[in-house]
Amino acid sequence: MAEREAYGEEQRDRERFAFRIVLALLVLGALMLLLGWRLSGLQVGAHSHFTTLSENNRLRVESLAPTRGVIRDRNGVLLAGNRASYQLEVTIEQAGDVDALLERLQDFVELSQADLARFRRGMRQRRPFEPVLLKAGLDDATVARIAVSRHELPGVEIEARPLRYYPMGSQFSHVVGYMGRINQRDLERVDPRAYAGTSHIGKSGVERYYEDLLHGTPGYRQVEVNAQGRVIRELSVTPSVPGTDITLTIDARLQQAAYQAMKGQDGAIVALDPNNGEVLALVSAPGFDPEPFVHGISHAAFAELQSDPRKPLFNRALSGQYPPGSTVKPLVGLAALDERVTTADREMFARGYFQIPGHERRYRDWRREGHGRVDMARAIAVSSDVYFYDLAHTMEIDRMVPLLRDFGLGRQVGIDSTGERGGILPSRDWKRATQNQPWFPGETLITAIGQGYMLTTPLQMADFTMTLANRGKRPRPHLLLSMGVDGDGLDPVLPEHREPVEVAPEHWDTVHKALIEAVHQPHGTAWGSIGSTRPPYQIAGKTGTSQVFGLGEDEEYDEEELARRLWDHALFVGYAPAEDPQIVLAVLVEHGGSGGRVAAPVAREVMDAYLLNDAGMTVEAGAP
Amino acid sequence: MISVTGRELTTGQWVLRSLRLDSVLLLLLAILLMLGLVVLFSASGQSMQALERQSLRIALGVAAMLVVAQIPVRSLRAAAPWLFLAGVALLLAVMVAGEVGKGAQRWLDLGILRFQPSEIMKLAVPMMVAWYLSLRHGRPRFRDLLVTVTLVLVPVYLIMSQPDLGTAMLVGTAGFLVIFLAGLGWRWFVGLGAVAAAAIPLLWSQMHEYQRQRVITLFNPESDPLGTGYHIIQSKIAIGSGGMYGKGWLNGTQSQLEFLPERSTDFIFAVYAEEFGFIGVALLLLLYFVIVARGLWVAALAQDRFARLLGGSISLTFAVYTVVNIGMVTGLLPVVGVPLPLVSYGGTSLVTLMVAFGILMSIASEKRLVNR
Repeated sequence: MAEREAYGEEQRDRERFAFRIVLALLVLGALMLLLGWRLSGLQVGAHSHFTTLSENNRLRVESLAPTRGVIRDRNGVLLAGNRASYQLEVTIEQAGDVDALLERLQDFVELSQADLARFRRGMRQRRPFEPVLLKAGLDDATVARIAVSRHELPGVEIEARPLRYYPMGSQFSHVVGYMGRINQRDLERVDPRAYAGTSHIGKSGVERYYEDLLHGTPGYRQVEVNAQGRVIRELSVTPSVPGTDITLTIDARLQQAAYQAMKGQDGAIVALDPNNGEVLALVSAPGFDPEPFVHGISHAAFAELQSDPRKPLFNRALSGQYPPGSTVKPLVGLAALDERVTTADREMFARGYFQIPGHERRYRDWRREGHGRVDMARAIAVSSDVYFYDLAHTMEIDRMVPLLRDFGLGRQVGIDSTGERGGILPSRDWKRATQNQPWFPGETLITAIGQGYMLTTPLQMADFTMTLANRGKRPRPHLLLSMGVDGDGLDPVLPEHREPVEVAPEHWDTVHKALIEAVHQPHGTAWGSIGSTRPPYQIAGKTGTSQVFGLGEDEEYDEEELARRLWDHALFVGYAPAEDPQIVLAVLVEHGGSGGRVAAPVAREVMDAYLLNDAGMTVEAGAP
Repeated sequence: MISVTGRELTTGQWVLRSLRLDSVLLLLLAILLMLGLVVLFSASGQSMQALERQSLRIALGVAAMLVVAQIPVRSLRAAAPWLFLAGVALLLAVMVAGEVGKGAQRWLDLGILRFQPSEIMKLAVPMMVAWYLSLRHGRPRFRDLLVTVTLVLVPVYLIMSQPDLGTAMLVGTAGFLVIFLAGLGWRWFVGLGAVAAAAIPLLWSQMHEYQRQRVITLFNPESDPLGTGYHIIQSKIAIGSGGMYGKGWLNGTQSQLEFLPERSTDFIFAVYAEEFGFIGVALLLLLYFVIVARGLWVAALAQDRFARLLGGSISLTFAVYTVVNIGMVTGLLPVVGVPLPLVSYGGTSLVTLMVAFGILMSIASEKRLVNR
C-alpha cells in the first residue's frame, strides 16, 4: 500500500516535471525567437547602416602631398626649390615613456622650448600612430648620431621630407616671398582638403600669389587600418600631381646687382622691361633670410625681425608709399601741355619762391636763388619747383589729376604678387571723401611737385616712368614669365596691355628731351652723378626728393636718430638707352637725402649691370 | 552484434553504452566544440597558439566528462551535500585569501593552478537543492522553499561579494531552476518575483561602480562610445555588417582588425555573426536549442527525482548561458561577462560545462529501462 502510494507520488512528480520542462522549452523557444528577431533586425534590417559603420571603422583616406613647383629666374637660376630636410619625429605609441625619451634625446640634439611646445601641441592633435614632429632641419652630423643610437630610442624616426629652400637668400626674399607652416588663417582661405597632407603654404610674394599653381593637386591613398590605427594594407592610390614650375621675369644677376648697388642703404629698386612690362628686378632693402620661416621661426626671432627699425619684413617696393617728389613733374608738365595750359616753348622766369596772387605765403623752390629763365624742358631738367607751382596754379587740381590717373597713380598696378598698395592721388573729391574738407589752392601747388597728400609706391614710379618711355603704351608689370617645365610644354605668359595714355606726339618729345637733359646736360639734376661721367649709352631720367613728414606724437625724441629720420628720401626714375628703352628704373633710397646725389648713382650701377657686358660695352638689347 | 537486454546493438552503440555516453548529446557537443574551434581561430587573429591551448582545454573537458559519466547517479547524490559544503568553504577562503584578478577577488591559487571556487557552485548548488528535494515528497511546501532558497542565496551572496555578478546570477538561476522543476506552486513564484523586485534597489546599492555602469550603458551605449559603450557598439557593428550570409570565415573586418573587444572570449558570438551571417546565426541558435532539448529529454527519462531535477537544471542553465550571452552581445542585456557556452576561449567555464554534460551522460545511461 505504501509502495503503491510512493509509486503514485513518483508518477505525479514525473508528470509535473514533464509539464514544467515542456513549459521551459516553450519559454526557451520564445527567447530564441526573440534573439533571432533581434539578430535579423541587426543583420538584415540595419545591415547597410552597420556596413557603413564597419567601413568607416576600417578605411582611412590619407593624403599624399604633391611636390611643389620650383621657382626660377628668367635664365633658369633656381630661386626657390625643394630639398630633403631631415626631421625628428616620434610615434607616441612606440615611445613608451615620452618624458624619459625627450630627456635622452637632449643628448643628441638641442631641443628648444619652442620645439617642445610644438611637440606637446602635436601630441594632443595627432591621430593614433601618426608621428609627431619634434625638430625639423637636422644637420647631417645629428642625423648620423641619432641613426647609430636608434635602438636606444624607441619610436624615434628620422624622416626626410621635401622642404622649401631659397638658394638666393635674402636679396630675393621680397620678390619670391617665403613659405611657412599653415595656420588657422591660411586654412580659411584655401580648400583644406587640398592641404590635408601638406604642412607649408606660401605666405608672401610669388610663393603666395601663385600658391594654387605651385601647390599641385594632392593624391589619395585608401588604406585599411586596424583598431589601433595601424595601416594594415593599401587598397588604392591616386598619385598626387606635382605643382607647376614657374619662371619669373626676374633676372637674378640684375637683382643681385641692384641689391648690391643699394650699398646697405634702405630702400627699393624696381626694374622693368618697357617692351612688355616684365619685372627684371624687384628689390626691397634690407631683405631677410626666408629659411627660418620654413623651419618654423621662433617667437623671439620673429619679434626681433618685426621690431628691427630697418623693417626688413616690409616690402618697400610694393607696400611702401612715398611722396613721389619731383619725379612726378614730367607727368604734370605733360598734363599742362595736353590741357593747353602752356606750350613747350613758353618761358618764365623762375625765382626762388612763388606766391598765389593775393596771398602772403611764399612757396619756396628747393633752390633758394631760383633757376632763372626756364622753358618746359629746362624746368624739368633743373627741377624748378616755381615753374610747376605756376603751371599748377593756372591748371588747378581738376585738370591735373585726370592724366596722372591715366598714368596709374592712386591705383594698384596689379602686379602678380602680394602686399601691393595703391598710393594716393589727391583730388577735391578725394579730400572731401576722406577728410571732409574743401581743397585749398596751395595744396594744388605742392601736389604738382609730388608732395602733400600724394603717395606712390616704387612700383608705381617705375610703372609711370615706363609709360613715359613707351610714349603711352602700358603693358602691365608682371613677374610670371612662363609656366611648366623648361622645354616641356613651356607656357609663356603674354603681357597684358592696359589702356594707353593718349598724348600728342610732340608733347612726348618735349618730355623725353627734358629727361635726357636732366641727365646729360650740366644744368641737369643728375649731371653730377651720371652725365658728367659720360656713360656709353644715353639715359633719360628724373631725380626726386621726397620729404619726410614730421615725427609722430608717440615717437621718442632722439637727436641723432631724429636727424637721420628727418632726411628726405632720395628718388630717381629713368630709362635707358634713351632712344630705344630697354630698362626702366625706379630707385628709392630711404633718408638718402638728395635724389641726384644718392639715388641716381644707384640707378646708373643697375643700368650698367643690365646694359653693359663685362668689357663695359653695350650689349644687344634685352640680352643680359 | 552484441546482445544486451534482448536488443541488437552495433559495436559503436555498445562502446558508447559501455562508456555510459549518450550518442545524440555527444554528437551535438562535438559539432558545437568543432565549430567553436573554427570561430576561435578567426577570432584570435588566426593564432595557432590559441587554437592549441583551446584544443587542450577541450581535451581536458572531454576527459572530465568521460570520468564524471562513469560515476553512478546515486554516488553523485551522496556527494552533493559534501561538495556543497566544500564549495561554500572555498568561497569563504577566497574572501580571505583570494587573489585579485581584473579588479575582483575570484581566484584561489593552489600552487599548481588557480581556479575559481564559484565555478564549483554552478554544479554544487543545483546538486544540493536537488538532493534536498529528493528527500521530500510531492510539491515543495513553504518549509522546503525556505530551505532551498537559503541553500541558493548563501553561495550567491558570497559570489556576488567577490564581486562576480555574472556567475552569481548563473548559480542562482541553476538553483532556482531546480525549485521550478520540482513543481513549486505558482503562487510561490509570484511571491519570489515580488521579493526579487524588492531586492533590486538593494542589489543596486551592493553593485560596484563598473557593474552599474554596464547596466547604464546597456540602455544608452552611445552615451559613452569610447568607454563602456564601445563593446556593445562595435559588437552591433560586427553583427549588423555580417548581413544575411556573412563576410566569410577569416574575413570579418571588425574582428580581424581588432575593432571588436573581447572577441575571442565573451564577444565571440559577434565574430561568428559577422563572418557567417544571419543564416549561420540561425543554425547556431538551432544547435543550442537541440542540445537543450536533448538534455531535457534525458532528464525526463531519468530514474529518480534527484537525477531528473539535476539533469533538467543543467540543461536549462546551459540554455540561460546561451540566451544571456547572445542577448548581451546583441545589446539586449547588460554586459555581465557570461561566455558563449563551449565556444568562448577560456578553460574554467568549458571544463565546468563538460563536467555538467558528464552528469547528464551518467543520468542518460541510467534511464528507466522500462516505461511502466
